[in-house]
Amino acid sequence: MKFFKKANFRLNEFLAEKAIAAIATTSLVFIFLILIFVFRESIPLVLGYAMEEDNKLSLTALFSNNWIPVSNHPQFGIWPLIIGSIKVTAISLIIAFPIAVLAALYTATLASKRTKEIVKPVIEILAGFPSVVIGFFALMVLATFFQNVFNLRFRLNAFTGGVALSLAVIPIIYTVTEEALNTLPKTMTEASLALGATRWETSLYVLLPAATQGIFAAFLLGLGRSFGETMIVLMATGNAALSSTNIFESVRTMSAAIGAEMAEVVFGDAHYNVLFFIGVLLFIFSFTLNAIAEFFLKQRMMKKFQGGA
Amino acid sequence: MIDSSTMQKPKISVDSLNFFYGKSQALFKISMAMEAQQVTAFIGPSGCGKSTFLRTLNRMNDTIDRTYIEGTVMIDDQNIYAPDVDVVHLRKRVGMVFQKSNPFPKSIFENVAFGPRIHGIRNKSDLYSIVEKSLEQAGLWNEVKDRLNNNALGLSGGQQQRLCIARALAVGPEVLLMDEPASALDPRSTARIEDLIGDLKKNFTIIIVTHNMQQAARVSDYTAFFFEGELIEFGETKQIFTMPKQKKTEDYITGRFG
Repeated sequence: MKFFKKANFRLNEFLAEKAIAAIATTSLVFIFLILIFVFRESIPLVLGYAMEEDNKLSLTALFSNNWIPVSNHPQFGIWPLIIGSIKVTAISLIIAFPIAVLAALYTATLASKRTKEIVKPVIEILAGFPSVVIGFFALMVLATFFQNVFNLRFRLNAFTGGVALSLAVIPIIYTVTEEALNTLPKTMTEASLALGATRWETSLYVLLPAATQGIFAAFLLGLGRSFGETMIVLMATGNAALSSTNIFESVRTMSAAIGAEMAEVVFGDAHYNVLFFIGVLLFIFSFTLNAIAEFFLKQRMMKKFQGGA
Repeated sequence: MIDSSTMQKPKISVDSLNFFYGKSQALFKISMAMEAQQVTAFIGPSGCGKSTFLRTLNRMNDTIDRTYIEGTVMIDDQNIYAPDVDVVHLRKRVGMVFQKSNPFPKSIFENVAFGPRIHGIRNKSDLYSIVEKSLEQAGLWNEVKDRLNNNALGLSGGQQQRLCIARALAVGPEVLLMDEPASALDPRSTARIEDLIGDLKKNFTIIIVTHNMQQAARVSDYTAFFFEGELIEFGETKQIFTMPKQKKTEDYITGRFG
């Protein structure tokens, strides 16, 4: 017989803890399984035994310049897709980043309370817009508008897609930047104002530099969203797999290629494998992006608190 | 109450100042005068309005929504609440040091150079000499002269607070407001700040808010005791601490409440 219960055992807590751990593990397992699936389907290609009609699909052919997946002699050069993604992403970020950061700077540091209460939710609503709606808007309105303004040959092109995409990216960059600015201590603003700085000088020379890390994170998140976004680019870029540097020509992005072609592909076909390979590339890209962000942020933090330059 | 005519010439004189946060009144009919090149201490229990009053002297309360003020604050015969007063110019003349040291996340040099720079000094060597002089005045130069480009957040708490003092001095103020500048520091750093105040008063008019009555007794020439938004007693520090005229003052400094 024991006189005392073992003091450190609580059945309820034990069970709750295990249950939560199990749920957390499940979501991890799902992500892992998706990963395995995507990688597995691209293995034939990577190992070089994916078959075209007549001969093996080589890696050189994979990085060639022609994306003609459906034809008697299909060619699976993914360069045009990569260039397409880069072009559209670059355009969207060049437009979205300055707008979003300045908007965040305005609402977080300069705007009156009332203005902030109106502007902030409106931009955040934009984040909740289904991308198909933005795509539709781009397809019907923006495309025609830009065609008339710039006198373009193609209605749908990388520029139109990039502008549409920036509508989806602005709220992301805005929200994260706003958050970064809002978490700066109020004493920082006071210190600057007490030195006789104006509100504008305080925002630009004190608060904005102090939030650099958060703004960098915002940029990376925007980049990830932009690179992976499918529906908007599928609808607004024209989907011609051209590799040119002209931003007013149609492009097909990597994500759009998967979105458009996956449903019609023959299972186990070389085309099928290639689409999965593109998926792997997208995955590796976003993974690297996050890793860089993490690494970069940590480095900066370390420097900061060790008093390095 | 001290008769302001016994002072030589007040640097700051406040006349029947009322201050409101929205509908609630925080300061009631404050009238007092602060002399140049002297240290005036504000004491009183938490929430008595001493910090609020301090912040009316460089209009820092302007940054809080829905506050307003009645009465006048004259600095060198100019009402700082007159409509044509440029707040930027006012704050250049009336510097402020806060309770918690709040250096910018920039280098030591950039922290001190920030003020002069926004006020238009661009020349590198001018900036450098201002930074050196300010850091010397704040007693920090010898400790940081070899690492001016290091981040200010790498300094100790006491050093950070002296950096903030240097930063405030760099814009060339005439008055220095200090809001419990040593309350977050260890005793040694506190002693350094107090010594510093003694040095600085040769060139500046210093007004310090403190919770620490010994500190007020050590550093100040004049002391004002606030209670519930009212100025209860104001006089020479020696008099306030040895023979206070008001019962409340006596109760507070002898530790009966607060």
